Amino acid sequence: MTAPLPISLHVNGERVDAQVLPRVNLADFLREQLKLTGTHVGCEHGVCGACTVRVDGEIVRSCLMLAVQTQGASVETIEGLSDSGEIADLQAAFRDRNALQCGFCTPGMLIAAQDLLKQEAEPDRERIREHLAGNYCRCTGYQAIIDAVEVTAQARRGQKP
Amino acid sequence: MSSSPANKQTLSELDRPNSYIGKVVPRPNLERLMQGRGLYVSDMELPRMAHVVFVRSPHAHAKIISIDASAAKRMPSVTAVVTGEELASVITPWIGVLSHLKGLKSAPQSAIAIDRVCWQGEAVAAVVASSRAAAEDAAEAVAVQYKELEAVTDMRTALDPQTPVIHPSLGDNLAFERNLDAGAVDAAFAGSDEIVEADFVFGRHTGVTLEPRAVVADWNAAEARLTIYQGTQAPHMVQNLAALHLGLEESQVRVVCKDVGGSFGIKVHIYADEMATYALSKLLRRPIKFVADRVESFNTDIHARDHRCKGRIGVKRDGTIMAFEIDDLTGIGPYSMYPRTSAIEANQVVNLIGGPYATKNYRARARVVYQNKNVMCQYRAVGHPIACSVTEGLVDLAAAKIGLDPVEIRRRNLIADDAYPCASPSGLRFELLSHHAAMNKLMTMMNYDGLRAEQAVLRKKKIHRGIGIASFIEVTNPSAAFYGVGGAKISSQDGVAVRLDAQGAVICQTSITEQGQGSESLTAQIVGSVLGVSMGRVRVILGDTDQTPYGGGTWASRGAGIGGEAALQAAKILRKNILDVAAAILQSSPSELDIANNAVVNATDGAPRIELRELARIVYFRPDTLPPGVQPELMATRHFVPREYPFAFTNGVQASWLEVDTDTGFVKLLKHWVVEDCGTLINPQLVDEQIRGGVVQGLGAALFEKCIYDERGQLTNANMADYLVPMSGEMPDIDVGHVVSPTLESELGAKGAGEAGTAGAAAAVANAVNDALKPFSATITEIPLTPQVILTALKRI
Repeated sequence: MTAPLPISLHVNGERVDAQVLPRVNLADFLREQLKLTGTHVGCEHGVCGACTVRVDGEIVRSCLMLAVQTQGASVETIEGLSDSGEIADLQAAFRDRNALQCGFCTPGMLIAAQDLLKQEAEPDRERIREHLAGNYCRCTGYQAIIDAVEVTAQARRGQKP
Repeated sequence: MSSSPANKQTLSELDRPNSYIGKVVPRPNLERLMQGRGLYVSDMELPRMAHVVFVRSPHAHAKIISIDASAAKRMPSVTAVVTGEELASVITPWIGVLSHLKGLKSAPQSAIAIDRVCWQGEAVAAVVASSRAAAEDAAEAVAVQYKELEAVTDMRTALDPQTPVIHPSLGDNLAFERNLDAGAVDAAFAGSDEIVEADFVFGRHTGVTLEPRAVVADWNAAEARLTIYQGTQAPHMVQNLAALHLGLEESQVRVVCKDVGGSFGIKVHIYADEMATYALSKLLRRPIKFVADRVESFNTDIHARDHRCKGRIGVKRDGTIMAFEIDDLTGIGPYSMYPRTSAIEANQVVNLIGGPYATKNYRARARVVYQNKNVMCQYRAVGHPIACSVTEGLVDLAAAKIGLDPVEIRRRNLIADDAYPCASPSGLRFELLSHHAAMNKLMTMMNYDGLRAEQAVLRKKKIHRGIGIASFIEVTNPSAAFYGVGGAKISSQDGVAVRLDAQGAVICQTSITEQGQGSESLTAQIVGSVLGVSMGRVRVILGDTDQTPYGGGTWASRGAGIGGEAALQAAKILRKNILDVAAAILQSSPSELDIANNAVVNATDGAPRIELRELARIVYFRPDTLPPGVQPELMATRHFVPREYPFAFTNGVQASWLEVDTDTGFVKLLKHWVVEDCGTLINPQLVDEQIRGGVVQGLGAALFEKCIYDERGQLTNANMADYLVPMSGEMPDIDVGHVVSPTLESELGAKGAGEAGTAGAAAAVANAVNDALKPFSATITEIPLTPQVILTALKRI
């Protein structure tokens, strides 16, 4: 263990200056220091996807990234994506399709799904299943989630000229 | 049945134009979960809260020679290091037995091991520090000296005379044995044209809730009161047991259950480390938080299944099933789990084998043995997947032997839809099931004949696809027959309190709990429907022993059927009370009035008379304007428990369509169908999603999930990279259909649906794999169906 290091970054658009121990991962930093508890910790070894957040536009497993690595970065969590309205349509589709039960995987699932929808306009079900294959959900059996993402993709295409 | 006339009357009430019953409406609690604004126990922090980390045994069976915590205690931020012996001053041990499971025996279990550890992962010391990281650092500095003892790991030799007895005081390693002999089994086998036998093997697996078990225990010494924040399915059960073992009155314990990150039966038990956390809070006089990490979850969350079951079926050439016989063996770890015991699963297997079929001839033996592995206990669909896989596997083998189509043999043997009420050879009483209607519906949904034709064409191209069918029954709505009669203080009744608030909205407190099934939604749907109040104006409170009526909680597919009925009855009383007040205010009579769209209206033409908001204003703020003698009661409470039938059985049938790659042994699931009958559907979408989620847990068991122990009792795959769970990429789409046979035991008519998916999914997949492998004359009766298992059966490896 060594002494805390200063970091400076943006979280959900807000400037954050903090002292962090070098060993603290991003998930614990968000949850314990910034109290952003929407980022969930399921396995702590990069398999379950519950801790998925966006760092400089890319989705990452925040349990596999050290907080000190986010120096100068822009981190976005489920709280930020919800407040900005960026995923409001996706969330509405999840609600209409009951694409969550216990909800513990949902923040990570939404962020991973939004990542796909930003990259691809017309993902088919197979592609959606593939993109979300790193996010574990024990409750739903996935079908409702796939449906919700598919419906959102279709709706977004419809909105385009 | 006596409730039949009332049933009709209420169904019409629930069928009113604005009823939410049978409708797809979004769950009220989704928004906070989707925005990351839920409150799971793992999110909680309290002032002065410290974190506990447990030092856990690396050995499956060992004597604890010494524990040296001196170095750990000197480390930064460490509050205390507590051993089992030290903790025993505040908490008593327990024994996981129930009196109705005759002969079940177990040994006293302590919150933290004393003198000896009996499985790899058992806690030997607690390290409390200001942060979890600091506690983990210190845990590494606790020096424990062990003397390793011989570990009992193989259930097949656990009862051999040369095998060490884990608990000498018990005399042997046999926890429980049940024998059943119904009908004339020997004569039935003697009269059979063919007899088929098989050994069925089920992997040990576990629930893998995405949020691990988590507790914050807060002993307030000044109030002499313990508040337990825990992700539990049964808050009143936790209250009872925490009080009992800490020497408190139940009134001194409050259990609060906020959002729960998955349960599936994993969180319906009391774990030793949870008991230790309550005790540490009392001992150290401050809030203590315990959140299991993933490795601890694999090593200490209850495991399930792990059965070896010999099965035998006798059949006539015309397809008549003459008899079933089984000999089941299961290893449950070193203790029977508390308080529900670890004999229930084997007991259920005995109860359920052959359940869908008409034969009366059935013999069974089940033995439950101790071993030095993690504890086993009830996980979603307790016993059902074993019973269904054995039964349906045997039926398919029998069909193959006499050259009958798998669907046809079932049609000739499933209990007739007009044969109810009736009972099974094991004594299960069926009120009304619909096996044939369900099978007919399934055939249409899946286009069975078309699939068979497609299968034949593909087989010529060396593409090996299979169809697997599995009929099943499911135990739901359990009465006191499950646990109460055995002496456990686990309530089988539930209560709901409903009140009209001062603005005419409704507040509803229920003793069932929510872990994502939709308890909150179904309660609001029922209450809103009966009261004529829009769902947005119904607020549901659950998961708090200080705030809700007393009840069992949510497990064993009981929330909708039991808690839902209590909600219905409470709302009916409140409705009557509201109409009485309205009649007094309006100088009308209650029979001339109704409630719709948040207002009292004329029963005849629906014309609005007074809004509930206005009625509430008068009642709460201007009671002086009410006629003399009128004392409104705008709160009503009702409880419910089934009394006529010990369990409300449901039924259904599943089908799997899959492809086996005979070169690699990989199975690709192409499609899955379920038809089930849970009686009244309160919210069809929620039912379907329960079914789908349940199916996928069953598919995990069928193909991937297994806790792999070595011969020394070491769990070798205790992480999510090595223990495989179903992910979205491998899962098929699942079509769900329904037959509706309401139970007449309640006015609501709802039975449970939470476990039907898990009950039959693995059986359908196993039968489909065997169907696909027919050209190779390979039969597999083992799950998970890993590539290794399949290639071995194909003699490719």
